Amino acid sequence: MQFPNPHDVKAKTIPGTEGWERMYPYQYQFVTDDAERNRYEKETFWFYDGLHYPEPLYPFDTIWDEAWYLALSQFNNRIFQVPPVRGVDHRIINGYVYISPVPVRDPEEIGARVPNFMERAGYYYKNWDDLEAKWKVKMEATIAELEALEIPRLPEVEDLSIVTDGVGESRGYHLIKNYDDLINLGIKCWQYHFEFLNLGYAAYVFFMDFAQKLFPSIPLQRVTQMISGIDVIMYRPDDELKGLAKKAILLGVDRAVTEHREWEDVKVAVARSPGGAEWLAAFEKARYPWFNISSGTGWFHTDRSWNDNLGIPLSGIQTYINKIRSGANIDRPMEQVRAERDRITAEYRELIANEADRQQFDELLGCAKTVFPYVENHLFYVEHWFHSVFWNKIRQVAAVMKEHGILDDVEDIWYLRRDEIKQALWDIVTAWATGVKPRGTKTWPTEIEWRKGVMQKFREWRAPPAIGVAPEVIQEPFTIVLWGVTNKSLSDWASVQDVGDPDSITEMKGFAASPGIVEGKARVCFGAEEIRDLMEDEILVAPTTSPSWAPAFAKIKACITDVGGVMSHAAIVCREYGMPAVVGTGYATKVIKSGMSLRVDGSSGHITIVR
Amino acid sequence: MTTVLAAKPGEAATKIPLLSWFEECTKDSISLVGGKCASLGELISSGARVPPGFALTTAGFAEFMRAAGIQSEIAGLLQGLDHDNLDRLEKSSAAIRDMIESRPMSIELEDLIGEAYRKLSVRCCQASVPVAIRSSATAEDLPGASFAGQQDTYLWIRGFDDVIHHVRRCISSLYTARAIAYRSKMGFPHDQVAISVGVQKMANAYAAGVMFTLHPATGDRSVIVIDANFGFGESVVSGEVTPDHFVVNKVTLDILERTISTKLMCYTVDPRVQKSVATEVPFERQSIQCLIDDEITELAWMAKKIEKHYGRPMDIEWAVDKALPAGGNIYILQARPETIWSNRQPAATVTATASAMDYIVSSLLAGKRLM
Repeated sequence: MQFPNPHDVKAKTIPGTEGWERMYPYQYQFVTDDAERNRYEKETFWFYDGLHYPEPLYPFDTIWDEAWYLALSQFNNRIFQVPPVRGVDHRIINGYVYISPVPVRDPEEIGARVPNFMERAGYYYKNWDDLEAKWKVKMEATIAELEALEIPRLPEVEDLSIVTDGVGESRGYHLIKNYDDLINLGIKCWQYHFEFLNLGYAAYVFFMDFAQKLFPSIPLQRVTQMISGIDVIMYRPDDELKGLAKKAILLGVDRAVTEHREWEDVKVAVARSPGGAEWLAAFEKARYPWFNISSGTGWFHTDRSWNDNLGIPLSGIQTYINKIRSGANIDRPMEQVRAERDRITAEYRELIANEADRQQFDELLGCAKTVFPYVENHLFYVEHWFHSVFWNKIRQVAAVMKEHGILDDVEDIWYLRRDEIKQALWDIVTAWATGVKPRGTKTWPTEIEWRKGVMQKFREWRAPPAIGVAPEVIQEPFTIVLWGVTNKSLSDWASVQDVGDPDSITEMKGFAASPGIVEGKARVCFGAEEIRDLMEDEILVAPTTSPSWAPAFAKIKACITDVGGVMSHAAIVCREYGMPAVVGTGYATKVIKSGMSLRVDGSSGHITIVR
Repeated sequence: MTTVLAAKPGEAATKIPLLSWFEECTKDSISLVGGKCASLGELISSGARVPPGFALTTAGFAEFMRAAGIQSEIAGLLQGLDHDNLDRLEKSSAAIRDMIESRPMSIELEDLIGEAYRKLSVRCCQASVPVAIRSSATAEDLPGASFAGQQDTYLWIRGFDDVIHHVRRCISSLYTARAIAYRSKMGFPHDQVAISVGVQKMANAYAAGVMFTLHPATGDRSVIVIDANFGFGESVVSGEVTPDHFVVNKVTLDILERTISTKLMCYTVDPRVQKSVATEVPFERQSIQCLIDDEITELAWMAKKIEKHYGRPMDIEWAVDKALPAGGNIYILQARPETIWSNRQPAATVTATASAMDYIVSSLLAGKRLM
């Protein structure tokens, strides 16, 4: 299958964005001045990573892309030696990230990698639980280090203690050092992120694969259901909200909690009530670490945490209080989920025609269940907890830069690459030490204004889903399970899906993620802060959902998302609540408007818009 | 089972019923009610809903012959008959069949059938429920068991007199010229032959079709595949229409795939001629789903029970009755073992069980083929 040539796509520069390449690392560019690299790029298959990057990347946010570029590839290629695949290569066009798994082509080399992989990956599978416990200790230490990291402001005169304690270091030095530490902690955190993930996904993807070989018609949602009902900490923040709702009623402060929309007003009202102090203490206790949960995926600085916007958890607590008042049980139906999981697993197992296959099924299911908690839990530690704290530390750096005239606004920092920030900090500290004005006060604000314009033009550009030449076989487990690169998705991509007139569309299709059929009114929410507007029994339509959206699921009767597969948050939660979900529709939020009448078939993945 | 045959002298202990409701039959009842009625009984014990009915047992048949007092006359007519003499065969056959169809039945037996028919009508909420009357062969132990290929089926029979009349016609079908010739040729004594007659409510199908408890295309045993059209199932079985097609998850009973076809024709009954007739499906119904989702789910649920009962993949004929209320309107008409996939030796996906690790490595090496 032949897709557009990457260099042709790149050559059509959007007018007014000439020179955009300087916003990103140079090795991310498709090149024409290096014949060997150019040929490799032409002959390779690149697909747009829309799963992680629905929007063009801010220069600073490229940090996590580089972090996983390194981490995924090193674990695949240099640490575990996955036999047929090296790493995943990255490029960028107009702010959109393209990736490509790099295969090992020489059969002899593949063979030579097998014993290494067996020994190394085998060690991880065999000692999974011990290594995972170790991982948790490392990760929590890294986060503790991050939380303790100070971003110093530069004083007019250093404190006397610098002299009397014989410290011998200035705040200026600490500013650039701690910025480096901050970045290094981020990169380290992403090293840990991938320590288990490749192996986890491999166990997962090949269990799914085996189930589909046994039962060609088995929906993926049913395979994932066989691994459901395992306690993972991604649910903990939502459980905290439920606990706070119950406690509010128990202490008689529930009226005070529900009668205001803003947290500051609620706080005052609760503090005045008897029992209010106890509830507020419980609320504060829940915040650390559980409210370090991002309202998005956590991948972008724009994803703010509950701690950044207490209105989001507040609206969740209010929803649960109202549910309890109306007599509903708000606890997750774990017993039913587990009973249904066991029933389904037993019935499929029974249908397997012979003993060898049945044993293989048990073996792979066991392995998938072992890896499952990590595959889910790492998200809380890395994408939510670490990232939420990290973004705010960078904002502290931005505050210093603003103070010294490099930035007009704290939120302008995201338009700079992290190495440019380092340069600017050097500019600041040397100017501060010397007592002169930083050079960047003149250059950076202008550059940032220009970059803002470029980013806006990038947003209006539509990234082709695939470029280059598609291979016959893909062996990289992530590519298969995470990005859903299959024969079918390739042909969908090849026949460029022009949405046409969004006002005339009446049928859409996505992944059937949770079974059942319902009809109802749509409510389109673009962010977690909008879910407070949801009404009972509406159908939630969202770009994607994350654990911080959990309270929404107590109100709705179906869910539709633009991005995600049968393992996505919306899919898992809907299956638990027993409500239909269609995920990965591509563009539901662009077509569906709040108030439209919808019919959602979560068994087949069809959505009908009644116009 | 209300009445039993008066025992013959010397057989005082055994009480054999003259009539038997289908739900009292099992696969072991063949000698009593014949293969067809026994299999309906077995189907009921699987938990499937089958159009209700009863069988005149072989004992009931014997009682009929005894009361008619025609056994010696029949024996006389068949004495020394040459199975190659077609002319004489036809004449004897006509005479015997005339006797069977015209001699008075014992009042006891007539009352018994009449009462059972009345009860059946009450069960079906109809004054005189239309029934199918068919003979059910018992001679399964004979080589070429289809010797009774002469057996007749009469459809859409209504009312007591007609029921009695057609029961007689079924009995007399034991003495068609072909049947007599066959028995003579095989040396099977005529006075030992027995027949059972089944009387069963006609399923007045709003929609009907077939279903398989595996995917006919892939052999996947985790699904149930349903083909359906309006009217009787014969339009689906014969392939005269492209039916609606549903794939249902056997484990969870949710509908995975639905293909709604344009269904141009169907078969419905013409009550005057008591026959099913081909009819055009009205334009505005042609492209709508002929079953509601609840019916699809219930069908799949029944198919699952039937498969479990028989312990193998099954091929099932079914109908949705238009005269009955939702929740009780789905009938299973017939269930046979599926043969195409079941006769294949199921090849294991793996040759030998590997550790998860070995399996993951070999799968990684194989990769995912994209095109």
